Amino acid sequence: MSDLMHLPWLTIVTFLPTAGALLILLARVLARGVEPGYDAAVRVLTLIFTIATFLVSLVAFAAFDSNAPGFQLVENVAWAFGFGYHLGVDSLSMTLILLTTFLTPLCILASWSIQKQVASYMILFLILETLMIGVFCAMDLVLFYLFFEGGLIPMFILIGVWGGQRRVYAAFKFFLYTLLGSILMLVAIVAMINIAHTSSIPDLIAYAQHVGFDPNVQIWLWLAFFASFAVKLPMWPVHTWLPDAHVEAPTAASVVLAAILLKMGGYGFLRFSLPMFPSASHFFTPMVFALSVIAIIWASLVAFRQADMKKLIAYSSVAHMGFVTLGIFSGTLQGIQGGIYQMLSHGIISGALFLCVGVVYDRMHTREIAFYGGLVNRMPVYAAVFMLFTMGNVGLPGTSGFPGEILSLVGAFQVNAWFVVAATTGVIFSAVYALTLYRKVALGNIENPKLGGILDLDGREWVTFVPLIVATLIMGLAPSIVLHFTEGAAQSIATAYAGGVTP
Amino acid sequence: MMAPMQDLLASLPHAHPEVLLAGFALVALIVGAWGGDKLFGFISTLAVLVLLGAGAWAIYDRPLAPVELFQGAMVADSLGVFAKVLIAVSAAATLALGADDFSKTKEQRFEFPVLVILAVLGMFVMVSARDLISLYVGVELQSLAAYVLAAWRRDDARSSEAGLKYFVLSAISSGLLLFGSSFVYGFTGAIRFDAIAAALHEGAGGVGIIFGLVLMLCALGFKMSATPFHMWTPDVYEGAPTPITAFFAAAPKVAAAVLLARVLYGPFAAIAAQWQQVIVALAAISMMWGSIAALLQTNLKRLMAYSSISNMGFVLMGLACATPEGPSSALLYLALYLPSTIGIFALILAMRREGVAVETVADLAGLAQQRPWMAAVWTMLLFSIAGIPPFAGFIGKLVVFRAAVDANLVWLAVVGGIAAVIAAGYYLRLLASIWFAPATQTLQPASGAIFVTASVAALLSFPVLVIILGSIEQWAHWAIARSF
Repeated sequence: MSDLMHLPWLTIVTFLPTAGALLILLARVLARGVEPGYDAAVRVLTLIFTIATFLVSLVAFAAFDSNAPGFQLVENVAWAFGFGYHLGVDSLSMTLILLTTFLTPLCILASWSIQKQVASYMILFLILETLMIGVFCAMDLVLFYLFFEGGLIPMFILIGVWGGQRRVYAAFKFFLYTLLGSILMLVAIVAMINIAHTSSIPDLIAYAQHVGFDPNVQIWLWLAFFASFAVKLPMWPVHTWLPDAHVEAPTAASVVLAAILLKMGGYGFLRFSLPMFPSASHFFTPMVFALSVIAIIWASLVAFRQADMKKLIAYSSVAHMGFVTLGIFSGTLQGIQGGIYQMLSHGIISGALFLCVGVVYDRMHTREIAFYGGLVNRMPVYAAVFMLFTMGNVGLPGTSGFPGEILSLVGAFQVNAWFVVAATTGVIFSAVYALTLYRKVALGNIENPKLGGILDLDGREWVTFVPLIVATLIMGLAPSIVLHFTEGAAQSIATAYAGGVTP
Repeated sequence: MMAPMQDLLASLPHAHPEVLLAGFALVALIVGAWGGDKLFGFISTLAVLVLLGAGAWAIYDRPLAPVELFQGAMVADSLGVFAKVLIAVSAAATLALGADDFSKTKEQRFEFPVLVILAVLGMFVMVSARDLISLYVGVELQSLAAYVLAAWRRDDARSSEAGLKYFVLSAISSGLLLFGSSFVYGFTGAIRFDAIAAALHEGAGGVGIIFGLVLMLCALGFKMSATPFHMWTPDVYEGAPTPITAFFAAAPKVAAAVLLARVLYGPFAAIAAQWQQVIVALAAISMMWGSIAALLQTNLKRLMAYSSISNMGFVLMGLACATPEGPSSALLYLALYLPSTIGIFALILAMRREGVAVETVADLAGLAQQRPWMAAVWTMLLFSIAGIPPFAGFIGKLVVFRAAVDANLVWLAVVGGIAAVIAAGYYLRLLASIWFAPATQTLQPASGAIFVTASVAALLSFPVLVIILGSIEQWAHWAIARSF
């Protein structure tokens, strides 16, 4: 085991997908133009590389000691400009890395039906995976920004080329919206480096604990970071890019967007806002709570009125992210644990729901809720799978959706009970829109004659859904496995926050 | 002071690159006049080698401490070496592109390489100027060669218009430069930069000197195409033949920026508080206007003109800092900007649809389906010039932002950030055309030289080339530290 520890696991996990992308390029050069079978080979190659990445991330997980404090598997090489190529993980980032590497092979499976420019699609997806993993590994502020912002590029092209009707509009909106938020963060990053004279994230956290940023400066820095993460998460009222991007993106890109890219916002709050700017976080807690509660209630109501399945799930994501911010900014151990749990659970469930939409979209090429109805008659297995994830979305006990929601609410209750009372109504609303969706799509008799020939899940789709079902049930029935693992990171964030609020 | 002859002989060994360029230009002119245009290829190849040789020679001769040349008219120092290498390499790259392209369009006139060499000689004088006279001489030598180049297609109305417009407007700016210089001379009694600095240090000047300085800044802003002195840029970029536009977009920008740095941080360092306001304003307006105006452009070359205006705004942000980090960040920004812009012009040159050069954004439609590799190169270069990580242009912006925040110009950094988002809008429009739009016509394959240039530029846009970037950064620091 000690030998294993010394390999640069994080670099391998991060850049293995890029290596796959380069191999596809090389194969293209060697194949000299489009040979028959090239596309099929590219698909298989991509799948192999993403699975290999997952396996390597499991090795990194094995090398990780969840009882030890601080950042592990650290790699630190001096880079130009005084910045470092500095990687490291704590249990928070480790879980998010596992979520990423776990979902990406499933996304590739879900992309099997892509016919247009297959090689470009797969290359972009592999690069996107590298950038997403890099965000969670990066322990240098500039490196973090590099990965965080770089992820926009493949996503922009994925939405724009392989998306739906209004894909160009959605791609532009996605890119410019997030860029505007992030560029303010960049200025704040530069200011932080100037103040603390370091760009290393562990050093900055230590600086914030021992010296602390001036409370007045903290306010501005916090706002700049908030601008970026609130757009990314997304929080009401800067969420409007999300429904557009989700609806137009191809299925796999929607999955990645909902399951992983949104988590970068929550990760940013946990990694930067709370431990580095505790007094500003405390100052802004009522505002964040208010926005979260508005998001929970308002987005749930809007979701109820949607006619497009993907848009409905997109709005439900906004509502669920409201619970995440509610938990995180409570600053309590339960709240932070709940926020992390909710992020992981939402990653799996919303990803699975988008895949469910993808299944019927592949067959019928429409996402109109009104088009469907009575699918349970022709697709019983599909209806059962869809049922499970709908329940997970509602937060039924026994699915992974429940522990996160309840912990977030318990955490926030200790800070402000009234916001929690309002937020709890969101749990009911989520049942209203999710069950309505399920009823309209799956139950009843088949009214639409076009649905007469629709087929149930095929083998590839089975393989895609089984890991997600297992993950949902395990996380729902035995939450302590995950909670125990993330406790160390959550505890240190809560301590850093509490230490900064009451000096 | 040494006798003039002795001084000349003592100075020449420190001016090898300039002597090489001047000698080559004169010989090539005679050889060309005698041999005619069939020597175009030969002279062009030789000129590329001479440019690279001049750059190499500048590195080889690099002085450890600034050396005064020609009775103090010029200086050989590390900043000059840095600028000369950037100028020589980018001029060589654009000259190679031009030679390749003119061979295809059958416009092989041997004056092209000679004029480029003369312009580069002017730039070399600019970046090593140490008094007001050599400053003016350098600017004029560079500009006169550039007017002729802009009007290269003399039978083409747009090209002639570009040359004439450039000439008339530029003549006004040269007049302002002289006028301003005369004020400075009048109020300090000196033309040498060190003497001006000494006079200002002792409290000479007042309003007169500021008046002179502002006039000079207007003229230098014109040469750098900073808003509001940018009017000529889009027309000249559009009208001039594309290889010549590529040349304009690269080397002269370096020369003008370095000259501006020399003027601001040398003779006028003592009144930094005065000029800082002007440069800050120029930087903010250039970044914003360059980004906003480009949104409406459909012609690729006009779009690139506005893009260069916006990028010069970022360079000016670095120069506005009045700290040692400021100019060194501006130099680094320039060094990272050059490969992207040259690469993009190489790509514009590379694309012909049915023999007609690509001109508009819409002409790029469907590139990703027809030529995925070329689309990938476009993508990398555009994201780099837009300053999106992980590409090199982002590092340039980051370093400039850092210098600005360090100099308490946070608001300027925020303006720059917003301008960068607006600018991303039109770069994305190009990318949308390349990736999202369906193909209309077929593209003809690009020639090897052009494509190699573009690919090298794309590779240079990856900051993972740590060794190169790290050394450029150290070099930029070193250049500034040793020169002021």
